[in-house]
Amino acid sequence: MSISAMFFYALSAAVLVSAVLSVTSRNIFRSAIFLLFSLISIAGIYFWMNYEFIAAVQTIVYVGGIVVLIIFSIFLTQQAGVSLPAPMKGRMIYAALASIAGFVLVVMQLLAHPFKVDNSVVASRGIKDIGHGLLETGANGYVLPFELVSILLLAAMIGCIVIALKPNSTTA
Amino acid sequence: MNEVPLSHFLILSTALFFIGVFGFLSRRNLVTILMSLELILNSVNINFIAFNQYLWPGKMDGLFFTLFIIAIAAAEAAVAIAIILHLYRHYRSIDAEDVDTLRF
Repeated sequence: MSISAMFFYALSAAVLVSAVLSVTSRNIFRSAIFLLFSLISIAGIYFWMNYEFIAAVQTIVYVGGIVVLIIFSIFLTQQAGVSLPAPMKGRMIYAALASIAGFVLVVMQLLAHPFKVDNSVVASRGIKDIGHGLLETGANGYVLPFELVSILLLAAMIGCIVIALKPNSTTA
Repeated sequence: MNEVPLSHFLILSTALFFIGVFGFLSRRNLVTILMSLELILNSVNINFIAFNQYLWPGKMDGLFFTLFIIAIAAAEAAVAIAIILHLYRHYRSIDAEDVDTLRF
């Protein structure tokens, strides 16, 4: 096994271990920090596959945005030092059973499926190509979803302000 | 790059997806449920990137789908956290078991 493949397996192990710790930790703040490590390791996997732009977006949006937002909401809603109540035993067992059964089912399916791997030369995926692809109006262009996402983000921003506003506040 | 087969990426993303499903089903706190949701969305992103790299290396569609999923996930997380804060103001709790006004 080459060094490069070992990097991939190390990053995958980091992703999975911190994800498991994130969904099982009883301290909610630690849970958020483990989620942070998991997301950074996923960005590392994107870097390993030479998708630098996606890795950068992952780092900026998830690590710099969403996890910080989650930590803010933990600070606003949680008393310090109080660990989460224990999950219900029965629900825990059923959740574990459902997850393991689903995992086994999906892995069996995808190991049986013959994927036609294309080993041809990789097209250039620089920032310039991504920008041209995003704003192209032709057959392979993504300008319509691009604009839709911008409207969605505006709607989400207005919705957040409306929802999180204090109901009886006089200053609008 | 080529010494890691595609199936290992798919197993990684499947495992991450079902870890997220486990957290989604077993957690009671709304913020931790949201964190599990982020794990699920990230596993889908890994899948898109791996398929783009291995099956259609000449195209960029998987890359664009990943970009849009990240943008939608950001919007979804922001709205979810606004709803959680609003619930906290009403109920003084973000435990999913305490918010049962609509339950018959």
